[in-house]
Formats: sequence, structure tokens, C-alpha cells
Amino acid sequence: MGEHTHDHGRDHPHDAPLTDIQLRVKALESLLTDKGLVDQATLDALIDTYETKVGPRNGAMVVARAWADSSFKRRLLENATEAIAEMGFIGRQGEDMVALENTAMVHNLVVCTLCSCYPWSVLGLPPVWFKSAPYRSRAVIDPRGVLREFGVELPDDVEVRVWDSTAELRYLVLPERPPGTEGLSLEELAALVTRNAMIGTAKVKAPGAKR
Amino acid sequence: MNGIHDMGGMHGFGPVIVEENEPVFHEPWEGRVFALNNAMGAWRKWSIDTSRFAKEVMPPHEYLRASYYERWLWGLENLLVEHGFITREELDRRRDRPPKAAPLLSGALRATDVPRFLSNRRAARVDDPVPPQFKVGDQVAARKIQPLGHTRIPRYVRGRQGVIDRDHGVFIFPDTHASGLGKKPQHVYSVWFTAKELWGSAASPNDRVYVDLWDDYLDLA
Repeated sequence: MGEHTHDHGRDHPHDAPLTDIQLRVKALESLLTDKGLVDQATLDALIDTYETKVGPRNGAMVVARAWADSSFKRRLLENATEAIAEMGFIGRQGEDMVALENTAMVHNLVVCTLCSCYPWSVLGLPPVWFKSAPYRSRAVIDPRGVLREFGVELPDDVEVRVWDSTAELRYLVLPERPPGTEGLSLEELAALVTRNAMIGTAKVKAPGAKR
Repeated sequence: MNGIHDMGGMHGFGPVIVEENEPVFHEPWEGRVFALNNAMGAWRKWSIDTSRFAKEVMPPHEYLRASYYERWLWGLENLLVEHGFITREELDRRRDRPPKAAPLLSGALRATDVPRFLSNRRAARVDDPVPPQFKVGDQVAARKIQPLGHTRIPRYVRGRQGVIDRDHGVFIFPDTHASGLGKKPQHVYSVWFTAKELWGSAASPNDRVYVDLWDDYLDLA
């Protein structure tokens, strides 16, 4: 280690020098703030929106309602943008939505091979794995292999449909409703729906089932 | 461009690594980069197409080494210089110092406008009465083209035959829009390709890939 005898690690955050990337971002923010182009309060509000307000709970409420209300489900599959807007989930990266229904015979899986397009208005910002090279490269050529890594094993006769989000359409998978959920409320149903189930890398488990 | 970003079908990146209970932002700087991109995008000096292209031109070896928000920062820095918001010299003079208290300019995004800004339905879809070139059920071939600029036709479908699944309506054409050559509105379709058509006879006979493609990417097969 030579001259560098003690670790400027995470246990001394106030003494630690900024990393190169931290310095670049801080300097850029100061530069743009000095010029009156941005301000702290605006940046804080943008971050807070996606950290606390917009996330996969929105999508889970859409799925729960579609399970419980067949006319909503029909509207969702016909015009997802309008049906989702009915629930108040509108906005950035959700301007034009398409819902894809998973059934016993068809399994839908969503990817963006070219960047990381993702339906922010219903799922929030994408997880790292969705943006990663392994997922972007393999989802289209080896969807069953990718699904297996997520613990989803599909019989050969199930059709896998991979949706590559190359345009401004954003896709939400409507997962299959698990058995044993007949008496549940909308909130209880929504609590079962995971983010991955709405991307297509998971199925929704019945209540009490092992993960 | 045939860039490193066009990853569909590549080998060698290994398994998909999933982090349990992942935070929205892993470090505060990621959130700042996300917010700076949005706040500067609100000046409307560039489109989402231009912004995507700004990340695609990152040299391939740097692109692969960079994290998602590092690419956003790289693209944003270049767009800011290109559009005259800042100079390269200002950018290179990186110093860790607090910002001066400057008044926010009148065109800037304000905190109170953030909810409205984020709920705006921005216009990638347009109302231009452009007739569709194809109809649902048509057999089509994705064009074998090698655009040097921004494009949204992935390499893995070029020259391959598919079927029009649905017509999504009329949208801005990213290839021209990204480089300031106009919106060239046209229809976007979901086009499905069999896995065998894309990847060969060893692929699963029951699998399909659906890709959203514009009129200008397609011919009748």
C-alpha cells in the first residue's frame, strides 16, 4: 500500500476526499447553480419524487385492480395509457403505455436492449440489473436462460414473448393472479405484486408461498 | 450507429446480477445526476433522442466501464458544452466548493413546477395525419441499413422478416430528430419476429421477439 497507510473508508465520511465522480457532479451542480440554470430545491424535488412518490406500488395497484375488476382489465389491455391515467398514474416515461397479459400459455418479458427504457410512472426508476449489459444482451437471445436465473422455469410449450422497448411505448406486464387470493382486498392483492412480476422476470406467488 | 449500446444478442457479459432491496439511488451523486438531467432537459434545448445519442457516442471501452449514471453525466456534460450553457474550460476547472447564491433564471425549472413538469405528456406521439405504410398482419422485412447517427433499429433485426402485430400510431422519427433534421412523423408498429428467424434453427420454436419499429425501418417482405 506504500504511502497510503490508512483507509479513507466509509467509516470516516467527513474526512474522506471526494471521489472523482463525486467531485465532477458537485462541480457541475455548482456551476449550473451559479448561472441560475438550476437550483437546489428543484433538484431535491426531482429526487424526492422518485425516491418517495413514484415507484412499483403504482404498478401493483394497477395489477390488483385489473385482477379484481374485469371491465378495468379489458380497458387496460385495450388502452393502457387511458386506463392507467384513470388511476392518476401519468407522466414521464409513461406517456404511451401498453399492458401485456401473462397467461398459462404466454409469458411476456420486457427489455430495452438499446438503453434502459422503463415505465417510470408505474414502476419508478429501473433497477441496476435491468440497465445492465447481461440483461440487455441476453433477454432477447436467451430469455428462458435469463428467466431460469430469476427462478422462473417455463415449460417448452409456453410461448415466450420478449418486448424490446425501442420506441416511446412503455410496457407493463399483467402477471397471472395466483390461486388462493379470492377474498383479498385490493391492497392485499397489490402487496403480492412485485416489480419483477411487472417486468416479466417473476411470477406472483400465492400468499404464504415460499419465495 | 453500430455502437456498443446496441447490445441485443451479444455474448460474454455473464449472468444477470440482482441486488435485493435495491435503493433508488446508490449514492447521493446518482440522484444529483438524475435531477440535473431533468432540470436541464426542462430548458428544451435538446430532445430525448438527442440525449440518448449523447450517451451512445461514448467510446465503447468507456461505455462498458461506466455505470448508468456515469453515462448520464458524460452525456449531459457534452450537451451542456455543445449548447453553450457552459464551456469546456469551466467544466475542467472542477473544484469542490459551494455554489454562489444566484437568482434562478426565468426559463429554469422551479421546485413548485416539478409535479406539473413530470406529469406533462410530452409529445413523442404527434397528431400529424400521416398514412400508415403497413397494416396489421403484413409480412415485413426490417431494412438492412447502417445509419451513422442515432437510430432505434437494433442490429439483431436488420434484414430479418417479421409480422406487424399492431399499429401504435404516429410518432416522431428519432433518426432525424436526434440530429436536428426534423420530426419526420410516421407510424410505429410492434413487429414480431420468431426466435428462429433472429437466432437460427436452434432457437425455441415457441418464442418471439416484439420490436417497435418505424415505417422508415421497414419494407414489405
